[in-house]
Amino acid sequence: MAPKFEKVKVVEKEHAVVDGVDISGHWNRMFEQRVITEYTPELIEKVADIPGGESFANCYQCAKCIAVCPVDIVGNYGPRKLYRYAQTGMDLTEAPELWLCTTCKNCLRVCPKEVDMIQIMPAVREQAILAGKFVPAELQQAFENTAKSGNPLGQPQRKRDAWIKDAGVEVPIIKDLARPVDVLWYVGSYPSYHPRGIDAASAAARIFSALGIDFAILGKEEKDDADSQRLAGEKGLFEMMTEYNIETFNKYEWKELMVTGPHELNAFKNVYPKYGFERPVVHYTTFLARYLDQLKPLLKHRVEKKITYHDPCYLGRHNGEYEAPRKLLEAIPGVELVEMQRNRENGYCCGGGGGGMWMDSFTAKHTTMRLSEKRAMEAASTGADVLAVACPFEVSRFADAVKSTGNEHVDVLDILELLDKSIRGEQ
Amino acid sequence: MNIVVAIKHIPSIADDLPVKGNNVDFDSVDFVLNEFDEQSIEQAVLVKEAVGGTVTVVGVDMIGELDAVLHLALAKGADKAVKITGDDPAADSHQQAKWLAEAIKGMSADMVFAGVQASNDLDGQIGPMIAAHLDMPYIGGVSSVEVSDHTATVNKEFAGGIGGKYSVSLPMVVGVQAASKPPRYAPISKVRQVAQTATIEKVSPSGDATSGLAFKKMAPPVVTGHAEMIEGSSKDVAKKIVELLKSKGLA
Repeated sequence: MAPKFEKVKVVEKEHAVVDGVDISGHWNRMFEQRVITEYTPELIEKVADIPGGESFANCYQCAKCIAVCPVDIVGNYGPRKLYRYAQTGMDLTEAPELWLCTTCKNCLRVCPKEVDMIQIMPAVREQAILAGKFVPAELQQAFENTAKSGNPLGQPQRKRDAWIKDAGVEVPIIKDLARPVDVLWYVGSYPSYHPRGIDAASAAARIFSALGIDFAILGKEEKDDADSQRLAGEKGLFEMMTEYNIETFNKYEWKELMVTGPHELNAFKNVYPKYGFERPVVHYTTFLARYLDQLKPLLKHRVEKKITYHDPCYLGRHNGEYEAPRKLLEAIPGVELVEMQRNRENGYCCGGGGGGMWMDSFTAKHTTMRLSEKRAMEAASTGADVLAVACPFEVSRFADAVKSTGNEHVDVLDILELLDKSIRGEQ
Repeated sequence: MNIVVAIKHIPSIADDLPVKGNNVDFDSVDFVLNEFDEQSIEQAVLVKEAVGGTVTVVGVDMIGELDAVLHLALAKGADKAVKITGDDPAADSHQQAKWLAEAIKGMSADMVFAGVQASNDLDGQIGPMIAAHLDMPYIGGVSSVEVSDHTATVNKEFAGGIGGKYSVSLPMVVGVQAASKPPRYAPISKVRQVAQTATIEKVSPSGDATSGLAFKKMAPPVVTGHAEMIEGSSKDVAKKIVELLKSKGLA
């Protein structure tokens, strides 16, 4: 039988025996249940009641997530804190905190209770959007651009493949080719339109061409994957784009779908199967790592650089690829690869995921510095000359961040650009 | 308040505009909602939210794809959607104004909103012509609308940054230049929900209008000049710019 104690009375005795057990001397032990009646569960239940939000209620406040949450490192945030805020009156559907999560997945990696922010955040955000609650204006603009123009940058569809004329090699469009290809290369929005993205796309085209890969792109038929828009809460937009993309992919014959970006990899490999698309999808780093033997003789020019590599969350934690990018970098003669303190499974997020790419100004108001700035400083602290990346969101983010943190001496380059440099020499 | 918004579905100019014969090659272009009509829908919904009532959106279905636009309007807060089955992508603003006016006649509208102009005709005539057909007053270039006691107070923009405030007894037709707030974003999740449940009323086009414009020839503009890029260091470039300005008598 369990011992009974009077309510609101701390029992601290010099000599105490409870149920025959001598517990004398435990001066700090309290024999009363902690009073938690001032906290209401309603706002936690409000989140947990949303399909996808269920695991929010699992949190038992261990705070393992706080040590790894990239937002907490530059602010006051993290799943444990969100739970606590909800306990003490924060309605997540209306709070700015709803928009800070980058869905980087580091919390879920360490969470003993499997509180899954990758499910919770998009679900709650969708409810907020549908109910007409606060949504950061810059994020709405990205949604609107995607819905209207087919890409979050708001660029015209007809210019989607304008970059290919300056690539220096022929980049075949699958529609014009009118035959099956081995590889359908999904270029992505930022590599198609952003000036620094175009640098990476052009480098990629030259590498594929040098390797003699039978590839083609969709050209003007390619539209955004909208995976980050989905994670930012616009599931309808994602579904609209998904229907279009699957129909477009299925119009042509190809063996493998290769993507420049990890977010596209995540969409096509992990989410599209739910919409009936189950075909081989591969990130360019994984793809090129298969060709290392053919690639090495082409890497003729030395790149005498100390390079540190940033693991994209959606390539690493979300899709388990840590080694292929490193193998490619190590294959370049002259390269010294150094690791940042936070690498591989514990890689620090650049802040671009989960819609963060389009919420920089908003996020900046709720953090002490941008996540990309924190990471740029970490990269600089290794003494590296180059911060190498493998996600099209990152080049522009880190290029800004090295400048704003006074680390201009660190070059931000996609692995594709580094391989291209080694094949062609400095241009 | 019975508010009607007359909209136009027009060829998108985000893409190349191919010409076929004496008109746009309508089979090769995407159609989009006229940008000023987005403002017009927003202004109508804002008025409804302020004073109550219903918003009915009505447009001519030019190529059989107007439903998507009407679903978007419903997701943004419109209550009813009506499409006039015009099925003529070349119908000009005179013809559309007549069809729209005939459809609106039976709706006992207190206010009719129309975008002040559209990028296809650019004649800004839809609003005034609907007003003429319905025998209502018209004010265009409007940047805000408030309604109380069956009187509308509208701000009209003039050239040179001058604004005019008008009080108008309803009913009236308003040509919207800009809504008093930026158009809201309708989540596609909501648009898709609406698309599954909404009913769109179909109306046959009625009434003929003499065309305002007769096309003699349509052709892409011929490039006659081009921009000159000045190369060199910033000092050289500055020097050349000064020389150029002097040679043109501007400095």
